[in-house]
Parts: sequence; C-alpha cells; structure tokens
Amino acid sequence: MTRYIVRRLLITIPVLFGVILLVFIVGRLLPGDPCRILLGERASDAVCADFNHRFGFDRPVVDQFTAYLGALAQGDLGSSFRTSRPVATLLIERLPMTLELSIYALLFATTVGILLGVISAYKRNSAIDVLTMAGANLGVSIPVFVLGLLLASVFALVLKGTPFSLPPSGRLTPGLEIVPLATRWGMVNDHGPLRAVVDFVSNMYTVNGLLSAQWNVFIDAIRHLILPAVALGTIPLAIIARITRSSLVDVLGLDYIRTARAKGLGDRAVVRRHALPNAMLPLVTIVGLQIGGLLSGAVLTETIFVLPGVGLATYDAITSHDFAVIQGFTLVIAIGFLFINLIVDLSYAYLDPRIRPA
Amino acid sequence: MTTAAAPVPLGVEVARPGRQANLWRDTLRNVLRQRNARVGLTILGILLMAAVFADVLSPYDPDQTLLGTEKRLTPPCIHLLGCPADRVEHPFGLDANGRDEFSRVLHGARISLQVGFITVGFAIVLGMLLGLVAGYAGGWTETLIMRVMDVLLVFPALLLAIAIVAALGPGLINAQLAIGIVAIPVYARVMRASVLSVRETDFVTASRALGESAFGLIFRRILPNALTPIIVAGTLGIAGAVLDIAALSFLGLGAQPPLAEWGSMIGQDRNYVFTAPYLIWFPGFALALTVFGFNLLGDGLRDALDPRLNR
Repeated sequence: MTRYIVRRLLITIPVLFGVILLVFIVGRLLPGDPCRILLGERASDAVCADFNHRFGFDRPVVDQFTAYLGALAQGDLGSSFRTSRPVATLLIERLPMTLELSIYALLFATTVGILLGVISAYKRNSAIDVLTMAGANLGVSIPVFVLGLLLASVFALVLKGTPFSLPPSGRLTPGLEIVPLATRWGMVNDHGPLRAVVDFVSNMYTVNGLLSAQWNVFIDAIRHLILPAVALGTIPLAIIARITRSSLVDVLGLDYIRTARAKGLGDRAVVRRHALPNAMLPLVTIVGLQIGGLLSGAVLTETIFVLPGVGLATYDAITSHDFAVIQGFTLVIAIGFLFINLIVDLSYAYLDPRIRPA
Repeated sequence: MTTAAAPVPLGVEVARPGRQANLWRDTLRNVLRQRNARVGLTILGILLMAAVFADVLSPYDPDQTLLGTEKRLTPPCIHLLGCPADRVEHPFGLDANGRDEFSRVLHGARISLQVGFITVGFAIVLGMLLGLVAGYAGGWTETLIMRVMDVLLVFPALLLAIAIVAALGPGLINAQLAIGIVAIPVYARVMRASVLSVRETDFVTASRALGESAFGLIFRRILPNALTPIIVAGTLGIAGAVLDIAALSFLGLGAQPPLAEWGSMIGQDRNYVFTAPYLIWFPGFALALTVFGFNLLGDGLRDALDPRLNR
C-alpha cells in the first residue's frame, strides 16, 4: 500500500509541473499589453517601461518562469496587478464562499442522489424507477444557469410572501452584520498562519455563525445558500442517482446476495447491510469527478446569485487580464483537483483490495 | 453461460462477403430497440427539422425589431389558447428589443446543432489521432501525449475554456475552439484504450504478418474496430459541448448579440427574469431539450453497441 501511495504521488509531480507551465503560458498568451490594459490606453511609454520592469515583463520569458517557480516554492503567489493586494489574501476572501457552496451542493447531491438511486434499484422497473431515471436524465440536461434563474424566479417571485420564499442573491440579507472570528476571538493583531486559517474559516458564513453562536446569521446564510446549492448540485445529483442505481442493480444480481436472501434476511437488511456497501465503490470515483465539474458550475452559479466566490473572481481576473490572480487561482484550483483525484484513487485502492498492487 | 462461444472480432464479420449491409442493419435494429435511443432520436429529429426549416417555420426575421408597431417585452400570445384575436400572435412573446422570441428560438436550434457537431467533430478528429498515435507507438510518445492530456483534464473544463477564449478573444468560433480543445483528452483516452485492446488481437497480428504497413494497420484494421466507444462518447460529448458553449455565450464570451443563440439570449435577457420570465423559459427549455435528446441517444447507443454495459 505504501509503495502504491508513493508511486501515485510521484505520477502527480510531472502533471503538477505541467499545470504550472500551462497556467503560465495561458497567462502570457492573453492578448494586449498588460500595462495599457491596467493603466489605460494613454499611459506613456516611460510609465509602461517602469511598470514592465516592476513586474518583470521586460525579462526573457524563461527567466520570468523560473522567477515564478522560485516564488511559488516559497509559497508566494504574487499580487494582483489591479489592486496590488496579495493573491493569497484574495484567496482567503474568496475561496471559503465557493468551498461552502460546493460542500452544500455536494451534500445535497450525494444524499438525495443515493437515496433516489437506492429506491430506483430496489423497485426497479416500477413506475417510481422509470420516473426517477427520466428525472435524472432531465436533471443532467438542464444548464446550471437556466436552472439557477428558474429557481430564483420561483422562490423569490412566485413564492414571495410565503414561508417558502428564498433570497435570490447575495450571501446575507442587507443590514445583517457578520463579525469576523478574529475580532471575536481577539486575534486582530495576530498575523501568522493561524490568523489566515481563522480568517478562512471566518469567511465561511455558516461556519462562522455556528462557531460564534450567531444563530440569525447562520440561518440567514443557509437560506442564501439553498438555491445556489440546489442549482449547482442538480447535475451531480442526477449522475449519482444513475450510478447508484446501476451499481446496486448489478450487485443485487450476485450470488452472495442470493445467499443472504436464502438465509432468510429481509429485503431491507439485504440492501442496507450486504448490497449497498459494495455498490458504493463506483460512487467514490464519480463523486470525486463531480468536484471538478462543481468548480465549472460555480462560475455560473456565482454569476447568477451574485456570490463573491472564487469562480466569479477567476472569471473577472481572466476578462481583465490580471495575470497574477489568474495564475494563483487556477493553480490553487488545479492543485486542489489533483489532490482530490489522489484521495479518490487512494480510497478506491483502500476500499477494493483487487486494485491494490501487491 | 453454457456454450461459451469465442467472441468474434468485428473485423472478421466485415470481411465476409455480403455481410456488411446486414451488420449496419443489425446495429440500427439494436439501437432502435432501446427506448432511450428512440426517444432521443425523435427529439433530435424534431430539432433538426426546426433547424433546417427555421426560415420557413418562423413568422418573422429573428433579428428584425417590430418596435414600430408593437411594444417590447410583450408576453406570449397564442390565439388558440385564448389570446384575444385583436392582438398580434407571438407564441413566445417579444424580447427586450421587440424581436419575435419564437423565431429566435427556432433559429437558435440551427446554431446549437451546428455548433455541437462541429465542436465535437473537431475534438474527435484531434483526440482520435493523438490516441491512435499514443496507443500504437507506445513508449515515450505515449507517455508524453497522455501526460499532456492529464494536465488538460486537471482544469475545470469551463474555467480552461474561459481562459482560452480570453486569450483568443470572445466569439462563437473561438468558443467552439476552446470547448473543442478542452474535450480532446476525453477522446484521446477512449481511443488509446481501444487501440491497446485491439492492437494485440490475432487479426491485427495476422495483418502485420501479411506485410500490411503501419498506416494500413492503423487505419484499416485498428481504427474501424475502435470506433464504437468513440461514437458513444461523441454523442454524449455533443450534449456537453452544446451546454458548455451556451454557458460561454451566457457569460458573454461565445456567440455575440444579436445572433440568436440560446445561451446568449438567456444571458442578454437574464435581468428580465422577474418581469418577463418567458424570455428565459423558452430558450432554456430548448437548450435542455437538445441536451436531453443527445444524452438519451448516447445512452441508447451505449446500451446497443456495447453489450458489456447492458443493464
């Protein structure tokens, strides 16, 4: 097992290098002079020369790349050209929002998806099964942005005034204050890594509300996240439901299930204790794969529900040619994705001994 | 599992005289036996008709503003469903520029179908070539190609596409190119896996022994036998490509107004979601229906063509 983990980690290294290189190249390929884009068309040549020198654009590309690698090795992601703020700080502000949204979306997708899949497999070829699977097929076909707008119009307009109405945009109702955890815990003057972690957690509003017992903030933040999470989670939900069903149907046809039935176990016990654990294997891979898709969806969801997350920030950075931010954000996203794939592969090897190399 | 007949490679079937037509007919019959495929084909057939005859079917020019005579953002009006006869009929209403939404949605079918086929076609051709070379050559060539594909797969597809479009400049063609590039690794992987499984079969070894060139081996022996998974992946891929290009257009990076493309129409009119929601509903429904059709057809094809996956 250890050898497998080490080998799997070693494979990740060249891919990681490729990711860094690609991010760097795409950043340089963006058309237009960064100086003129940021400082305006009428910036003088002298000003631009100074600008290019300051950010190292006047040096050969290879030098720029090695300098970039060197800074990365020290954990320095650079600073935004537009706002001069460190990319790491921007990440601490933006990433928690997206993480929070993705977690709720994934939670919604896996619980409801597995439930629907199990019911479908258990009652296969019944009306419920056909309906659920048709629904799942429809679910993968609805674009995130259409579903998002649809949900917003139903829950914020049609159901307005009823207890089911939900806010269509933002993270908190205007007027509601959220106190950063650092302030609450008297860490304002602390600037170490611990402070960064606390700020990161603090920017996940539901967690913040929970930790500091601000229940009105917690509930308000949750209410603001329901529609985006449902919009973002629907496609993964449909995929998970389909995989759960087909995997469980396969397992239910196996001999050991027949044996379990033969010794007199009830249907429910057979499914829950014997079939489900084995049917869950393919799900690990699928759920892992969905996380990459979630980030693509997050760009759209954050646009529609006006949520200041990392998806929207990356989109803004790309369209405004803020190289450092693009590089930093995509790199962190890609590394996160690599890491998730690694965990998926390892957990798969852990769960299924046949994959484990001798 | 009684009489375990040896699996007959497809190529052997084709070689028998007079069998080729039957092979295709059998395949078609297998596909049509799948309910998913039948429903998918029906939906896509209707959409294809809408796309081909969009000019005949649509009552107005999709780009023509009717502002001189009518008010913008007029809600849908269908006489058959009780709309007063003195009002002009607009089944899907008028958009913010006073254009007939029905005509625009119809013309959108043309763009979305075209865009889906072209994008996936581009990705398949390049992906297949890379996968063929990687699978056939092996060694360093394979490692290099497949690692580059891994790198591309690490990025969330839409973010990578946004970055490529930002580099090339917004527009429908560049959006297609971006989505196409992002999709290449999928086909390269599928193709390589097929090549690896076909490469060592007896009929390929036999062809090589008979002196067939590498080119002939790849294109006459290996490629035809590796096509099935590509067709399945491609059909499902069109669904994804249509969605992604609509998403780019929604963000303003793909099709540019006034072109009647569904994603771009929804993006343009998204601020009217509370006042004129039909401007979101109709193109959104058309988009979902197209994707639904390709998804169903892809599922049906997979069940029909790949018996191992039959459930």
